[in-house]
Amino acid sequence: MTWEPVIGLEIHVQLKTRTKMFCRCAAGFGARENTQTCPVCLGFPGALPVTNRRAVEWTILLGLALECEIAEKAEFARKNYFYPDLSKGYQISQYDLPSCVNGKVLVPTASGDHVIGIVRAHLEEDAAKTVHVGGRTGRIGGAEWSLVDYNRGGTPLVEIVTAPDLRSADEAKRFLQLLRQTIVELGISDAEMEKGTLRVDANVSVRPQGSDELRTRTEIKNMNSFNFIARGIEAEAERQVAEWESGGEVRQETYDFDASTGTLTARRAKEEADDYRYFPEPDLVPVEPPAELVERLRTELPELPAARIRRIEKALDLDRALVLVTGGLDGLWAATVAEGADPVATGNVVANALVGAGVDSAAVSPKELAKLIASRDRIPRTAFDAAIAKAGEPGFSADPYLAEEAVSDTAELEPVVAAIIAANPEQAEAYRGGKEGLLGFFVGQVMRETQGKADPRVVNELVREKLAG
Amino acid sequence: MAPVVDTLRLTAEEGIGLVERREISPAELHAAYLEAIAARDPELHCFLRTTAPGDGSSIPVALKDVISTKGVETTAGSKILSGYTPIFDATVAERCKSAGLTLLGKTNTDEFAMGSSTENSAWGPSRNPWDPSRVPGGSGGGSAAAVTAGLAPWALGSDTGGSIKQPSALCGNVGLRPTYGSVSRYGIVAFASSLDQIGPVAKTTRDVALLYSVIAGRDRRDSTTAELPEPVRVPEADSLAGVRIGLPVELNEAEGIEPGVKDAVSRAIALAEDLGAEVEECSLPRSVRYGLPCYYLIAPAEASSNLARYDGVRYGSRSDGDGYREMVERTRDDGFGDEPKRRIMLGTYALSAGYYDAFYGQAQKVRTLIIREHREALERFDVLACPTSPTVAFPLGERADDPLAMYAADLLTIPSCLAGLPGLSIPVGLSEGLPVGLQVIGPQFGENRLFEVGHALEQAIGFDTVPTRLR
Repeated sequence: MTWEPVIGLEIHVQLKTRTKMFCRCAAGFGARENTQTCPVCLGFPGALPVTNRRAVEWTILLGLALECEIAEKAEFARKNYFYPDLSKGYQISQYDLPSCVNGKVLVPTASGDHVIGIVRAHLEEDAAKTVHVGGRTGRIGGAEWSLVDYNRGGTPLVEIVTAPDLRSADEAKRFLQLLRQTIVELGISDAEMEKGTLRVDANVSVRPQGSDELRTRTEIKNMNSFNFIARGIEAEAERQVAEWESGGEVRQETYDFDASTGTLTARRAKEEADDYRYFPEPDLVPVEPPAELVERLRTELPELPAARIRRIEKALDLDRALVLVTGGLDGLWAATVAEGADPVATGNVVANALVGAGVDSAAVSPKELAKLIASRDRIPRTAFDAAIAKAGEPGFSADPYLAEEAVSDTAELEPVVAAIIAANPEQAEAYRGGKEGLLGFFVGQVMRETQGKADPRVVNELVREKLAG
Repeated sequence: MAPVVDTLRLTAEEGIGLVERREISPAELHAAYLEAIAARDPELHCFLRTTAPGDGSSIPVALKDVISTKGVETTAGSKILSGYTPIFDATVAERCKSAGLTLLGKTNTDEFAMGSSTENSAWGPSRNPWDPSRVPGGSGGGSAAAVTAGLAPWALGSDTGGSIKQPSALCGNVGLRPTYGSVSRYGIVAFASSLDQIGPVAKTTRDVALLYSVIAGRDRRDSTTAELPEPVRVPEADSLAGVRIGLPVELNEAEGIEPGVKDAVSRAIALAEDLGAEVEECSLPRSVRYGLPCYYLIAPAEASSNLARYDGVRYGSRSDGDGYREMVERTRDDGFGDEPKRRIMLGTYALSAGYYDAFYGQAQKVRTLIIREHREALERFDVLACPTSPTVAFPLGERADDPLAMYAADLLTIPSCLAGLPGLSIPVGLSEGLPVGLQVIGPQFGENRLFEVGHALEQAIGFDTVPTRLR
C-alpha cells in the first residue's frame, strides 16, 4: 500500500512593531533582561492592556496577502493557565472571533498551483522567556531555579493555521518559504527561525493514498529551520507508516524533533487535558476595523511572491523561479534582465554565483551586473569570479574586469589540449567509444591548466576537434 | 494657629472654600483629619494606613485600598498583597493629585472588594460609626464609614455589585456608582473587569458631583472608557418638576426588605412627588429574578482570571514550596482568604469546558436581557428608584458564616450594575436609629440627572449625616 502524509502547519510570526501588543514598552531583541517591561506586561495589579493599532493593521495586511476574509468584528479572549512566563495568569489572544479567516496560499508546483487553505490568522501576545537551571530536563519540573525574562512577554504574535492540505515534507517546506517571503516583503516581521521570530509546529498524519480519511495526528515541535521541519515531518510520517503497517495504532502525542540525531522524542503525556477556560477579554473592546482601512491596506499590498513566481516561471523554469523569489533575488534578476542581460544566464548568476560568493543582492548594480553577464564567456573565469565577489561593493564597476581578455588564441591553447589528451588515454578512448559526457572532463582540465584564463568556448571546440581527430 | 475644624460636619465643598479663602492651609486641613483619625479610627478601623499631606493645594481625599497609589502600599484588603507598593498611580489617584487633593490614606475593604460588610478584610473589619457593633457595609465600608465619621471629607470607592452604594446607605451618606466606562479602571486592583467602577462617597450630592468631575472621562490607558457626552453639573435646583420617577415593583417589594426601610423610602418618594416629580410603578421582572445568579456567575468567572496573577513570582507575598507548582499553590493557599477562594472556585467552574455554555455563556445572555429591560424602563422614566439595601446595617458576625445571606445584601444594587448604569444612594432617614438609603438609577451617562434628583431630595429631607452618638 502507498501512504500519503497529511500535513497542517501552525505558524507563529512575531511582528516587528516598535512597541508591544498591549503596552508601550519597546519590542525587540537583544536588550538586557527585564529592561523592556512595565506594569502592563508584568501583570501588576490594576494595569490594563491597550491594543497596538499597528499590530492590528499588520495582521489585516497579512490576512489580505493570504486572501483571507477580514472580520468586521474580531475579539480578544483570555486563555487561562499558570506558568511563570505568563505574567497575568492568562494570555490575551483572539479565539473564536479571529481577525482573518478562510484564506488560501497557492503553491506553484510543476503540475500547477496547489491550493493550501488558511483556516485562520489571529493576533495574540507572546509569553516571556524562561530559563530553567538545574534538573535533568531543562524543564521547569525538577529545576533548581527558573529565571524569567519578561522583555519578550507581550510582543505581538500572529498565529497562522493552515488546513491539512500539504501532502509532502517538501511541499511543506516550499509553502513555508513562500509564506516567509510574503511576510518579509510585507515588512511586518523579520520571520527568522533562528531568532524565534518565526516558529512552526507541524501536525502530521498518514493515510492510504487516494483515501480521504483523516487519521490520528501527532504534533511536532521544536524545529528551527525549514530543512529540519522537512526532515521532522518525513521522519514522523515514516514512523506512522511503520506503526500502521505493523498493526499498531498512532496515538495523539506531541514530539520534539532533535535535528542532530534526526530522532523524535515524545513529550511526557499530561495528566489531564488542558482547559484554558477561554472567555472574552473584558478589558478590551472588540477590534472593528473600518471598511476604508481594510480597502486602503488592500491597495498597499505589493505584488506577492506567488504571483511573481508564475510570471518569472515563463522566462525560467519553476525551480529557478522559486529560488529567485523565495530568496528575495528576483528583484535584481528582473532589473538585470531589463538592462538587456540574458534571462537564463542572469538567473544562474543571481541564484548561484552571487549567493555562493555571499554578495548582498540588494547592493548590486543591475547595470554593471548585466555588463558582466554579457561578457561572461569572453573574459577569463577568474576575472568573472573576482568581479562577482566585488559586485556588492559601493561604486562597483565591471569595466576593469571586462578589460581582461580570455585566451582564445588556438595556437596558444592547442599544445595544452594535446598534452591533456595525451595524459589521459583511457578517458580519450572512452569518449571515442561514445561516452560524450567526458568532454566536460577534458575542458575542465584545460581550464585548470590555464588557470581559468582560457575562453571555454574555444577550448570546447578544440577538445572536440582533437578527440575526434 | 489653624482654626478648629469640625471635620464631622465639614463638607468637601466647605473645606475647599476654607482653603481657597486661605483660612486654612491644605496641610493644616489634612492634619485636622489625621487628628480625627487618631481619635476615632482605633474604634472604627476605616484606614489601613494614613499618609502625610505632600504638596497638594486643596483638601484631602481617602482612597479605597484597591486603588493603586505610587509609593503607598496597596493591598486590596488581602494578605497576598501585603508589602506590595505600586510603582504607579491609578488614573483616578493621578487625577485627584492633579486636582490638588492630598492623599489622606487607604481605606479598608473586603478582600479584593469581595463582600458586603468589610468582614472579609484580611486586616480586620471596619465598624459602623452609627453603631460600632454593626458593619459599615462593603466592600467599601472603610471609605463610607470614614466620611460619616468625619475622618475624610470625601473618598473614592469601587463598586462591582454594590460596594459603593450599599456602604453609603448603611453609613448614611451619598455614594455614586458611575456609568460603566465613565471612570478609568487603570490601576484598580481588578475584581470583575466588566463590572468594576470607581466612584465618590461624600456627605452631600454636590460633593459627590464635584469629585466625580475630577475623576470622570476618557483615559487612553483604559480602552473601555468613553468621553462624557456632557460636562458634569454640580446640582443647584430644589425642584423636581417634570422629573419622571419609575418605581420597579420587584425592587421595591422584594422579599427581605425591612418595613422600616420600606417606610423611609416611601416617605422620600412622597416628598419627591411634593417637589413636582411624576411617580409611577414599573417592572423589571427578569432583572431582579435573575440578577443575583447572573452576577454570581459573571463576577466570579472574571475574578478567577483576574486573581491568577497573584502567584508569588513577581510581587506580594510568596510561600516557599518544592518547585514552581507547589510554590504557587502554597502562596495562593496562604495568601487568599475564604471569600476569594470561594469565588475563584465558582468562577473556574463556570468557565470550564463543558460548563461554559450553561453557566458563563448563559449568564451573559441573561445580562443582555437585563440591559434591555433597564433600557426600556428608562425610555419611560428619567430615573428609577428603590431602596439601596434591603436592611439597615447588620451586626458584625451575623452573616459572616452565611455567604448566601451576605450575597443577598446586594440584591437591589446588582441589577443596574449588570446593566452598566449609574446609581446614586442618598440617605433618606433612619430606621431603628440606623440610616436608610434610597437608590436612584439613571440611564447611561445620566449622572447629572441623578445629581439633580439627589440634591433636591437631600435639601427637602434635611438628613443629618452625623451619627446620633457623635453629635
